[in-house]
Amino acid sequence: MKLTFPAFAGRIAFSALAALLGAIFALPLIWFIFAPFNARAELGITVPDPWTLSNFMTVFQNNFAMQALWNSLIQSIGGVILVGAAATLAAYALSRSSIPGKGAVTYILLLFSSVVSGSAAMVPIFLIVSAMGLIDSHLAVILTFAGGLLPTAMFILRDFIDSIPKSYEESAMVAGASPVQAFFDVALPVIRPGIVVVVVWAFVNIWGSFLIPFILLRSDKLMPASVAIYSFYSEAGTPTVTLLAAYSLIYSLPVIILYLFVSWKFGFRFFGGIKA
Amino acid sequence: MTAEPTTPVPKPARRFALLSNRAGAVFLTPAGLLVALFVIIPFFWVIFVSFTNRTLLGRTALNPEFVGLANYFALFDPSNFFQRGQFGFSLILTTQFVLASALIGQALLGLLLAWLIQTVPPWIKRLTETFVIAAWILPEVVIGFAWFAFLDRDQGTLNAMLTSVGLPRGDFLLQQPFWVIVVFNTWRGAAFSMMLFNSAFSSIPPSYFQAADVAGASSWQKFKDIALPLIRGHVVTDLILITMWTFNTFTPFLLTNGGPSYRTELLSIYNYRVAFRDFEFGKGAAVGVIIMLVNLAFALIYLTIGRKKRV
Repeated sequence: MKLTFPAFAGRIAFSALAALLGAIFALPLIWFIFAPFNARAELGITVPDPWTLSNFMTVFQNNFAMQALWNSLIQSIGGVILVGAAATLAAYALSRSSIPGKGAVTYILLLFSSVVSGSAAMVPIFLIVSAMGLIDSHLAVILTFAGGLLPTAMFILRDFIDSIPKSYEESAMVAGASPVQAFFDVALPVIRPGIVVVVVWAFVNIWGSFLIPFILLRSDKLMPASVAIYSFYSEAGTPTVTLLAAYSLIYSLPVIILYLFVSWKFGFRFFGGIKA
Repeated sequence: MTAEPTTPVPKPARRFALLSNRAGAVFLTPAGLLVALFVIIPFFWVIFVSFTNRTLLGRTALNPEFVGLANYFALFDPSNFFQRGQFGFSLILTTQFVLASALIGQALLGLLLAWLIQTVPPWIKRLTETFVIAAWILPEVVIGFAWFAFLDRDQGTLNAMLTSVGLPRGDFLLQQPFWVIVVFNTWRGAAFSMMLFNSAFSSIPPSYFQAADVAGASSWQKFKDIALPLIRGHVVTDLILITMWTFNTFTPFLLTNGGPSYRTELLSIYNYRVAFRDFEFGKGAAVGVIIMLVNLAFALIYLTIGRKKRV
């Protein structure tokens, strides 16, 4: 199709505007492309001369920073296992059993989970965790996230299981499998992509979170990386910029990799629909 | 977890269900316990605590007294309601923040971005999307630090750009903290609206636009007369969701700490300060109850609309 001149000019204007907006979004992030590789990085943007990995060595030698990354990993993986397992079982039950009030359960869960946000419920969550004697422990963070993320995780998985034909398990049961066998041997392998989505989503949520560990943990040796980074730059005095730049990049990597993995495997639609 | 039933495996249900009620109940138990403990009980407990004078330390930490509505009267005390650092100030600030950064900022910018990337060359589309989405998926602490560096008075990128075109430097975190968090939150969250509107636009049959092209319609006319009416439902969904998220966000704390002198103290940050810096759990719980009431109103609207759509 031939373009008339105004249409052509319009296209160029659109492209220029889109590129400009993209550039504006990129501006605060460009710093992270250069500073981690610059041994003399400051808060301004300078191209490293020479490019070096020495900032990363500083991070690897900083025990507090490494411990915090490890803590993030423990809390995220612990939370993810709980969310994944409990949500799969529950979603399967909601999809495949005829327990009375299934519809109401889902509705009420969705309602509660959007009403009880971290900002609104920080006081009672702190009180419940301290009543359980769990303040300042990994378990406190793991359980709190598991509870908070489960409603949405169940909802996603139930939708997913609903879309799988029941005939899979039915044929297994005709062949003599018990319902529990049908679940573990037939349904579970088919549901796996759905579980992967939920697990990745839960991991990214816990890994990046700040408020819950910030209020539930006190000792330095349990702090996840999010709280560690915050304490690095918010405390009085000049932040150690070189360390922070490299550390932030390392800390962001799992999220970036998982995002790329999900968008490659499933298309990135799912990230759009859901956020805790 | 030993949820594996030790009783004989339940027989296939006679009614047409793959999982018997008993097995179903067992399957639901772990999730039920966790959700009850960390979602449902907090909902009721926060209401209960808001009627007490519970504190973190001291005598009332162990034996809180029932104080009726005293915490709520303290929040709505007309003598200092509008003062900085008080509840009323924070409530109004949060409302302005939601209006400016979510309803105007994120929604309009998301709509514009989604419309633009429909027509631009693929490489520009991919590049723009990448940065917009990066702003949304990177961990909030990293984003907080990125903006801290970006806005730095002496070396920050923004001031470097301003001086290079001959404009004066500014210490924006001190001078315009409210507008900083508005821009910050718009930047952080526009990706969601963009993606939602993008998928809404691509669900419109291309023949509608081709017909309009033949008739010589401009992009603005196509947007206003074809696209917008067709995605009205998505717009409502988007507005409700981003309002709820922005209303509950704690992320600006990572940039401003609620300061300087309470000028960016959103309700979530106010709640944190009252409960965990001033140690007044009763009063903090009352703030939590009010936040939950607002959430409840939005969630009910959202679920009602969602249900109607499904039926």
